Amino acid sequence: MNGPNLRAIWAIYKFELHRFRRTLLTGLLVPVITTSLYFVVFGGAIGSRMTEIDGIPYAAFIVPGLIMMSMFTESIFNASFGIYMPKFTGTIYELLSAPVSAMETVIAYVGAAATKALIVGSIIFVTAHLFVDIHVAHPLAMVGFMVLIAVSFCLFGFILGIWAQSFEQLQVIPLLVIMPMTFLGGAFYSIHMLAEPWRTITLFNPIVYLISGFRWTFFGKGDVGIEFSLLFVAGMLALCLGVVGWMFRTGYRLKK
Amino acid sequence: MAAIITVEGLTKSYASGFQALKGVDLTIEEGEIFALLGPNGAGKTTMISIICGNVRPTGGTVTVAGHDIVNGYRGARSAIGLVPQELQTDAFERVIDTVRFSRGLFGKPRDDAYIERVLRDLSLWDKRNSKILELSGGMKRRVMIAKALSHEPRVLFLDEPTAGVDVELRRDMWKLIGELRETGVTIILTTHYIEEAEEMADRVGVINRGELMLVEEKTTLMRKLGKKTLTVALAEPLAAVPPELAEWDVALKADGNEIEYVFDTHAERTGVSSLLRRLGDLGIGYKDLNTQQSSLEDIFVSLVHQEKAA
Repeated sequence: MNGPNLRAIWAIYKFELHRFRRTLLTGLLVPVITTSLYFVVFGGAIGSRMTEIDGIPYAAFIVPGLIMMSMFTESIFNASFGIYMPKFTGTIYELLSAPVSAMETVIAYVGAAATKALIVGSIIFVTAHLFVDIHVAHPLAMVGFMVLIAVSFCLFGFILGIWAQSFEQLQVIPLLVIMPMTFLGGAFYSIHMLAEPWRTITLFNPIVYLISGFRWTFFGKGDVGIEFSLLFVAGMLALCLGVVGWMFRTGYRLKK
Repeated sequence: MAAIITVEGLTKSYASGFQALKGVDLTIEEGEIFALLGPNGAGKTTMISIICGNVRPTGGTVTVAGHDIVNGYRGARSAIGLVPQELQTDAFERVIDTVRFSRGLFGKPRDDAYIERVLRDLSLWDKRNSKILELSGGMKRRVMIAKALSHEPRVLFLDEPTAGVDVELRRDMWKLIGELRETGVTIILTTHYIEEAEEMADRVGVINRGELMLVEEKTTLMRKLGKKTLTVALAEPLAAVPPELAEWDVALKADGNEIEYVFDTHAERTGVSSLLRRLGDLGIGYKDLNTQQSSLEDIFVSLVHQEKAA
């Protein structure tokens, strides 16, 4: 066989999407319901008592944060499970003994997980439209940003899945690190609403830059400059690619 | 015949310092059935795992179908089908999907006719739409074989293919191995069931503690190392071995109704005729004679024991 093994990429991609299809109903209903709940609670009950943030009604303000939050979770969860399960059941032997390069493996697994994350992100976007009027300032940038975020977090999830040696380890980073960072990263508020020193401390949270960047694609402004947001996305992408590359080169937790 | 696999100076040390392979050299000819024998922990699975890409070698080189397993891994792995020892399958996938997946993973275009043939050969066709978790252990093993055959490999590795497998599947497996050999597929199986090697293999390799102790044509091996046992059924039972027979080191069996004499078929003097003559001289009558070739198992056990004694 010469050249890249495109059929293998396609086989893994299909296999992973098939895995998602088995839980299609919950997979699609959950984001719709959670989004609706957030709108009822934050948009309706609390939002009506809040003033506008930077001239944006509160209910609209939280939409980018909601989409980002779900996409972080979905990306990490799907990508980490995708590679952790074969490790857990032992079927990874087949992948390791197949004529598939590390790059092809990553493209297939991350591609599939990112696809699902993008679908979920889009569902939330559409659901949000039912509750609030949103005008997207930079639609192309918005889609591009969603793709970059999905790929970066799926890579991160892929790394977690390779690193994890138990289901607990698989859950600990998303629940104890990513979730708090997202909540404190301005998903539901502008960091300008914080008093010092919290505002400065918050700037050390990379999630702030990601959510802010996504919000910029909606409203044309964010908590930090869009160039900083892009820098952080690029940095995360590069870091994850580097780690994945190192894992495959050394066979870290995949090959003895 | 041409070599399809060459292993040179293969070593594997784990981080713990354990040396699983201590410099193994081996050549597998295309089209043969090669049995790798050895006790648990001898290094059989480690060697297979390295050749197939699941374990990284510490030193040495391996080529499969002319491709180095590291630099030419695509070519090497494309030629190999692997059935590991443990039952490792997906749970929620349908049988036919998982077999098609394997074919795609190995870069082959979809071929429903071929997949159907594989599934039929393995009596899986009726189960093709079942989820794997609904299958019995033996059926899951068949699914793993179907996956390994899905991409038409030139070399098939069967790691302990019949461990924990029922009689029917074992028979089917032997039949399948025979049929695969007809189509030119090279088969390497590891086992510690000696009768399996004896039944199937063209050549046998014995591995122990990470070293390949011998590689031999099965028939040569059995001839070379074979001991025979002569059983003499006596006309009248004996209470004890007469001192006159001491030089043959015979044993009294079956309540004194038989004497057994173990001899080396390759010795210049087997001692059989002189023993029979002495029996005649002593007036010990016998009604039947029987000689029996020792099995691979005996050979194997004695080899491993020699090693331990040394």
